[in-house]
Amino acid sequence: MTGPVVVCASQVLAHTPHLAAHGSKPSRELPGNAEVTEQFLASLRSFEAAVAYPPNQAYMSAIHPRALPARPWTAISDAGASRWTTGGEIMPEEEFLGLLASVDTAGLTTLGAGLAGRASAALEAHPLAKYLDLAQLDKARGDAEAAAAGKGAASVDLGSGPEAVVRPGDEVDQSLAAAVLLENLAAKASATLALLHLLHDYDIEPGSIDYVLGCGEEAIGDRYQRGGGNLAKAVAEAAGCSEASGADIKDFCAAPVPALVIAASLVQAGVFSRVAVVAGGSLAKLGMKFQGHLRHDLPILEDVIGGSAFLVQADDGVSPTIRLDSVGRHRVAAGGAAAQIMEALALEPLGRLGLATTDVDDFATELHNPEVTEPQGSGNVPERNYRTLAALAMRRGDIAREDIDAFVAQRGMPGFAPTQGHLASSLCYLPHALDRLTSGPATRAMLIAKGSLFLGRMSQLSDGMSVILERNPSQT
Amino acid sequence: MDLDSQEQILKLSETHGASSLVVIIGAPDPEAAEITAETVTAGDPSYAGVLAGVQLGLDVYHIFDDAIRAEVPDDVWEDQIGVMSDVLDAPALAAAVAGMRDQGGGGAS
Amino acid sequence: MLKDRHVIALGERDGVSGPSIAACAEAAGATVAFTATECFV
Repeated sequence: MTGPVVVCASQVLAHTPHLAAHGSKPSRELPGNAEVTEQFLASLRSFEAAVAYPPNQAYMSAIHPRALPARPWTAISDAGASRWTTGGEIMPEEEFLGLLASVDTAGLTTLGAGLAGRASAALEAHPLAKYLDLAQLDKARGDAEAAAAGKGAASVDLGSGPEAVVRPGDEVDQSLAAAVLLENLAAKASATLALLHLLHDYDIEPGSIDYVLGCGEEAIGDRYQRGGGNLAKAVAEAAGCSEASGADIKDFCAAPVPALVIAASLVQAGVFSRVAVVAGGSLAKLGMKFQGHLRHDLPILEDVIGGSAFLVQADDGVSPTIRLDSVGRHRVAAGGAAAQIMEALALEPLGRLGLATTDVDDFATELHNPEVTEPQGSGNVPERNYRTLAALAMRRGDIAREDIDAFVAQRGMPGFAPTQGHLASSLCYLPHALDRLTSGPATRAMLIAKGSLFLGRMSQLSDGMSVILERNPSQT
Repeated sequence: MDLDSQEQILKLSETHGASSLVVIIGAPDPEAAEITAETVTAGDPSYAGVLAGVQLGLDVYHIFDDAIRAEVPDDVWEDQIGVMSDVLDAPALAAAVAGMRDQGGGGAS
Repeated sequence: MLKDRHVIALGERDGVSGPSIAACAEAAGATVAFTATECFV
């Protein structure tokens, strides 16, 4: 069965060290603690350091995660590292704040004159300039100090006082608090940047997109509909997809895979021809593990907001195909133990297709950068996932115990994604998978995404979904 | 430890009494397991929650402790834990929590 | 040791989850008084 294909995928990062103070954990720990705040601010990375950081280059697809050098990656400074890659970029903070103001249709953002001028000039020189609403950015120019003094304002200090300020969307409605809107605007801006790169780096006519699915984790709404959603359509609008509508898929970190599967299903069923899937980053997760980083004399590593976008359409004879008959899901009755989840997501579909784990070249699972997670005691998440998978593969008889290390190294990979939830949950590997399945030697890649539903207190369950991408049969 | 969890644990120790309670930890990292164990014995070391400075002295084990394993039927253990005792460093995790237990736990009220 | 005692199951998503600990405790004859699973990513 030749199913729909993933044509292209783009990935972006915004380097936002000063927004990191607005991450959930720092925003709760820094105020009133001058000493820690001083340490935090002194540990912020420069743009150059963020660009040169190997995991960020892997996220940008400049290198494959298996080609990452030995750790510590913070010790490596690749002078040749570029801000730009096909399909994406790492954007500096001031430009990103300008971009954020430009997608702020409610006009809640104020940029001080200096920042507005610099951001405007930089974005006018940006390769995607003609697709950006720089007029909206100009409207944001104003008195940042005065705006910062406004009730409930969220103000971003770039080192010399407030320069970017978001005011609340409503005086009283907590769902429209300035901090919430700052998060949502950051997600919108990063998703829009990713979609713009997807369209224009890969020559996709914006008007050819019929539908956009969002798979981020922010809540868009007001007091009466806190999670109303559809950031996807807002992003479609901002990216000039005039023929598209959209909807958001909400599944905590697992969302990218159901979004991909639903996009593929819409195409396969003939409902739409071209469906884009987009995700912005999570400002809330910036600086989440900062205490561990400071304790270990590391910079604030969670200083990037990611974004991702990819395109699904009917078979084009070239692009990797989506095996809609390979979808694994975590059924309600499947059990919550880590091994039971991996069994349901990875092994059951393979068994159903008559495949072994050794028939999959790349398994992409939760790929959080261990350099970020280990200092705070959260361990190496990808490694644990791969060891669990390998142990199950061994129990199944696919490999022997002594092959476990090789299985993990060859079919798994080191984590490289920022700790931005859904972005790390297999989605970050998609551009690499497309490359491996077209110009590379791979035949089959499995994307495995998981989500912690229990965090919302409506269930004690987790969730997850998996899907296999294959080299296009016309290419074998 | 999650602040809400600290509150629930404090309430439970007031309702049931420390000696009838057993805390079982599932953390994958020995350092993290130790901090959780300390929180329910000597008090929250991060001074963030209601257990800051509160010495509950609860009996605490990591799920991988031999004492726990011995009491769980094999089929349940296989289903719920299975390969995870191979994937994670079970002895180190059990030891990290046992260290805290021996220092300040045991059900003292 | 577990039989007839009240268990507090503090799980972690990347280790052993709360519900898994709770299932083990119940099978050992304990009552589970509280279950939580933390997620740090």
